[in-house]
Amino acid sequence: MPKDTGIGASSKRREDIRFLTGKGQYTDDINRPGQTYAYILRSDIAHGVINGIDTGAASAMPGVIRVFTSADMEGLGGVPCGWQVTDKNGDPMKEPMHPILAAGKVRHVGDPIAVVVGETLDQARDAAEKIELDITELPAVMDMASAIQGGAAVHDDVPDNLCFDWEFVAENKDAVDAAIAGAHHVTTLELTNNRLVANPMEPRAAIGEFEPGTGDYTLYTTSQNPHVIRLLMGAFVLSIPEHKLRVVAPDVGGGFGSKIYHYAEEAFVTWAAAQIKRPIKWVADRSEDFISAAQGRDHVTKVELAMDAYGNFLALRCSTLANMGAYLSTFAPCVPTWLHGTLLAGNYKTPVIFTNVKAVFTNTVPVDAYRGAGRPEATYQLERTIDKAAREMGIDPIELRRRNFIQPDQYPYATPVAVEYDTGNYDATMSKAAEMADVAGFQGRKAASAANGKLRGLGIASYIEACGIAPSSLVGALGARAGLFECATVRVNPTGNISVFTGSHSHGQGHETTFAQVVADMVGCPEENVDIVHGDTSKIAFGMGTYGSRSLAVGGAAIVKSMEKIIAKASKIAAHLMEASADDVVFKDGQFSVQGTDKSVAWGDVCLTAYVPHNFPHDQLEPGLEETSFYDPANFTYPAGAYICEVEVDPDTGVVDVQSFVAADDFGNVVNPMIVEGQVHGGLAQGLGQAMMEHAVYDENGQIASGSFMDYAMPRAADFPMFEVDHSCNTPCTHNPLGVKGCGEAGAIGSPPALVNAVVDALAERGVTHIDMPLTPARVWSALNG
Amino acid sequence: MTTVSMSVNGKTVSGEVEGRTLLVQFLREDLGLTGTHVGCDTSQCGACVVHVNGESVKACTMFAAAADGSEVTTIEGMANDDGSLGILQQAFQDNHGLQCGFCTPGMIMSAADLLKSNPTPSETEIRGWLEGNLCRCTGYHNIVKSIQAAAATMQGQSQAAE
Repeated sequence: MPKDTGIGASSKRREDIRFLTGKGQYTDDINRPGQTYAYILRSDIAHGVINGIDTGAASAMPGVIRVFTSADMEGLGGVPCGWQVTDKNGDPMKEPMHPILAAGKVRHVGDPIAVVVGETLDQARDAAEKIELDITELPAVMDMASAIQGGAAVHDDVPDNLCFDWEFVAENKDAVDAAIAGAHHVTTLELTNNRLVANPMEPRAAIGEFEPGTGDYTLYTTSQNPHVIRLLMGAFVLSIPEHKLRVVAPDVGGGFGSKIYHYAEEAFVTWAAAQIKRPIKWVADRSEDFISAAQGRDHVTKVELAMDAYGNFLALRCSTLANMGAYLSTFAPCVPTWLHGTLLAGNYKTPVIFTNVKAVFTNTVPVDAYRGAGRPEATYQLERTIDKAAREMGIDPIELRRRNFIQPDQYPYATPVAVEYDTGNYDATMSKAAEMADVAGFQGRKAASAANGKLRGLGIASYIEACGIAPSSLVGALGARAGLFECATVRVNPTGNISVFTGSHSHGQGHETTFAQVVADMVGCPEENVDIVHGDTSKIAFGMGTYGSRSLAVGGAAIVKSMEKIIAKASKIAAHLMEASADDVVFKDGQFSVQGTDKSVAWGDVCLTAYVPHNFPHDQLEPGLEETSFYDPANFTYPAGAYICEVEVDPDTGVVDVQSFVAADDFGNVVNPMIVEGQVHGGLAQGLGQAMMEHAVYDENGQIASGSFMDYAMPRAADFPMFEVDHSCNTPCTHNPLGVKGCGEAGAIGSPPALVNAVVDALAERGVTHIDMPLTPARVWSALNG
Repeated sequence: MTTVSMSVNGKTVSGEVEGRTLLVQFLREDLGLTGTHVGCDTSQCGACVVHVNGESVKACTMFAAAADGSEVTTIEGMANDDGSLGILQQAFQDNHGLQCGFCTPGMIMSAADLLKSNPTPSETEIRGWLEGNLCRCTGYHNIVKSIQAAAATMQGQSQAAE
């Protein structure tokens, strides 16, 4: 029987009520007294020297309060990077200055040059048209391979455009080379992981406010992690101490990674609000977000997989060029390195692995983590290469994977790429997916398609991801400039209802519901007695935010830890009330009772006693019932699964029709199955979008050719069938109290190779061995017709 | 500036607007009805869909002045009179048809128009109808389910009434 409340129940989402009635409060829905409006003049060329900016005429326009350029911002810090990668030569990565407004040069289309602050947005926009720019255009650095060979430099202090040259695992290089040289067969594949635009439906926005009477600053922003923004902006950009800076991330309309980072616009509105002594609102329009919000992926990779005659994987060698864009975004260096190299073992026993990653500056929008972040790139390389290997070796693609899967009795399993998997069962999810997809019946369906002049293909992919990036000691050693724990305060109010203050941030994930399910389960109370508070640094002690599928595994664990402290203290109060030893008190279903007696006291009575301590063990305990915990995980979590995609290709048009998509995931324990399935659906759509249609395209001059929803192909409802998802093959995580693994990114990680493998399978009889994403009709047709 | 007057969610409202003021600006900024969202600038995403004289319209693509004298319904006008969720709204909650909620008002308004003209749409018809509404969270799966569920509920109610 499915549960109807608590952990395991598909509780309906409480946050839906405000979203369904138009009562959500997104940043652009907030207006502050005396508010002004910022319009940002951005570069329309990719690379150039700024000779002069004349703001005189603009400043004289109606309604203009001030016009700002970088000349007004001397002494402020640049936008910081939160992760340092070490070059193979031992040097730190190149970390050029990223000014809030362009100083000296513009380095990508969209680089902010000047900001007009006006009484209305229309007035600010009208005035910006009067700004006179004198910019000498320079050649745009666009192609990564040639960028590192010399020529034009994005940053004068990085003449070869090489941010870092990273090797992992350096000690394995010789062993990998030897294994490849002596292998029975080596499958080689060169592929591109196409650049994407995250495009959450809510564009970015920020409101800065300064209170002259107290010196307090407030920033409302579309962020996945308000405390991280407070730290980065306060400490490194504006020199505002944390206690004078409040950051609020209210309802946020999706993030997918792109709202993790600290952006220049946040720093600008916060700083400039103090200059003009009035609040300043900035809201990106969609076209502006296309040229200013961090983009994703953009790797070019060569993969070599060595096998023996039976298909056992012997060694894997990869080399990647990773595009950083024009500046280092907050976590950009981590994505192609520690979030990518460490996943190259996949679900397999490959004994030695070596990868080289060169990170390159180009005159494009900065690139950073996008749903999956490094793990989709690793999975795509592996799963495409394995599929090609299966064809070359004449082994069924499911069978080849099974021969190399890490087996259930091998956990904990230390991979050759520095991580240790705690649990998993890859055969189980593969079997489940094969059953759901009716793999056995595929040849019949293929014949039916052929009879209609269509090419049918079946694509297999396994994936593993590392979620809840941790522990802090490890990530610190790997270059993180922050810890990666989570914080939670549980406040039990006098009448027994509960306020939970979490450092996780919900922007679609449904934390207000799932976290309440966890707490209600532990107390034995109705879920509606628990409220989840998030997104405001003035309310929540601390937080690292939401990304990397970490919220339940890390943030949820912090809540559990606080709840355990609450129950321990409440048990002592209950023991006092019942005149018993605390050791004899058990707590179940909202009742404290003394074992072996009929004595009991209810949760509500204990809570009231904590706050009305007339009869209270003051010599042992303080009144009140509130606990804060910081949870720093012992390890990553490792969700994994098997995805199977079936497509039909029209050879006359190249159109790919997704006939079915099956996802069998192992997320460990599941708190709310309905929400988990929804997360998978969304991830699949983004992954299939990448595989089929999405592509951030730049021309040779650095102009983005896909800079609006007219040009960038966003997946629409008619592009997909109903998805079939399953999460029954669960191996709970062994090192967090809920046994959960994380589900937010899986769909986007496993689906691109499944789709591409399916299309290549359909086209294999016509000699096609690979097509780079996105598999648009034009590309598929071209592959078929030379 | 022009004076416009219209009925919004059953109430008569009026205001002074510039010729370039869009209906969505008038709703959000002058009337404070911020449930109608702006997700793009090319009339593609559908987060701003409202009803004008009973038909779904992208409020970013209509001038406020052009809506003078019209009857406008926004997401704020879709709940039942007692404040409870309407059938479509309830179906979206029941079927997890929303995640971040940003596209949701436009989805509801668009779906309401569909079900008015086609009370029993097929899955293909629903997916085709939503061509002008983008969602980045749900993969559309549960939005389609929600609309199917709402259609079934409305059918049941109309049959019960007969």
